[in-house]
Amino acid sequence: MSFNLDSYLGIQPDALEVYSQRADVLAANIANADTPGYLAKDIDFRAALSAAGQGGEGQGASGPAGGGSLQPRITSPDDLGASSSQGGLSTEQFLKYRVPLAPSLDGNTVDSQMEESAFAENNVRYEAALTFIESDFSNLNTVISD
Amino acid sequence: MAITNIFDIAGSGMSAESVRLNTVASNLANADSVSNSPQTAYKARYPVFQAVQDALAGTGPTGAADASVKVDGIVQSTTPGTASYDPGNPLADANGYVYSSNVNTVEQMADMISASRSYQNDADVLNTSKQLMLDTLKLGQS
Repeated sequence: MSFNLDSYLGIQPDALEVYSQRADVLAANIANADTPGYLAKDIDFRAALSAAGQGGEGQGASGPAGGGSLQPRITSPDDLGASSSQGGLSTEQFLKYRVPLAPSLDGNTVDSQMEESAFAENNVRYEAALTFIESDFSNLNTVISD
Repeated sequence: MAITNIFDIAGSGMSAESVRLNTVASNLANADSVSNSPQTAYKARYPVFQAVQDALAGTGPTGAADASVKVDGIVQSTTPGTASYDPGNPLADANGYVYSSNVNTVEQMADMISASRSYQNDADVLNTSKQLMLDTLKLGQS
């Protein structure tokens, strides 16, 4: 029985990646809270995470479900053979526009309070995923050292 | 990497809001400025914000979502200022009128509060992201 660190950590590293990208999108919304015509966006988390679990868009990817093979995985647009729209974990296609609660005269659909609370919630979830990974590592450490 | 983009995005937001605070300060300082013609009277200035989806941000994993903000330009208010009769003023024109600025101080104060709240939001985002990055760096060390 071979040990695979990717499958040992489960879905948490992918969740961490999606959380950090969602933080990015929410930060853009907050920064553009006063920009006329800016449309607030958010990531469809469930869809993005299930795609992440399958290893991005299935091109040369070995996600947690990908078994023990050491296939190279495209993680950055600067990597060889990667086009800007096909990263290893691209969440671009999971972006959705927010439905505004109230119309605004300048066409801006950012609700600062909503974005702030979504950002805070996202951060707590990020911390939770970190804690899960942390405890996985400490379990592993116990096994190694005892 | 996605989370490092947040520093650029929140930074651009803070920079844009500080330009807005600057225009408010300049408008309030000149609220009582007078001039000898309607053309040279001080006009309230406003920044125009624009979302930037530049080449750098557009190649990230979230693609075009990484929008920072920039100040596209400063526009001057076209509201006419008031003319007041003040023949004793050295700036008065031939008929004894001086022309004051079109700054609305109440509006400027409200604008200032809005800008400072937005600035605080951006600073909070920056701080929280920094904390998350630090926690991620410490992963597996305890």
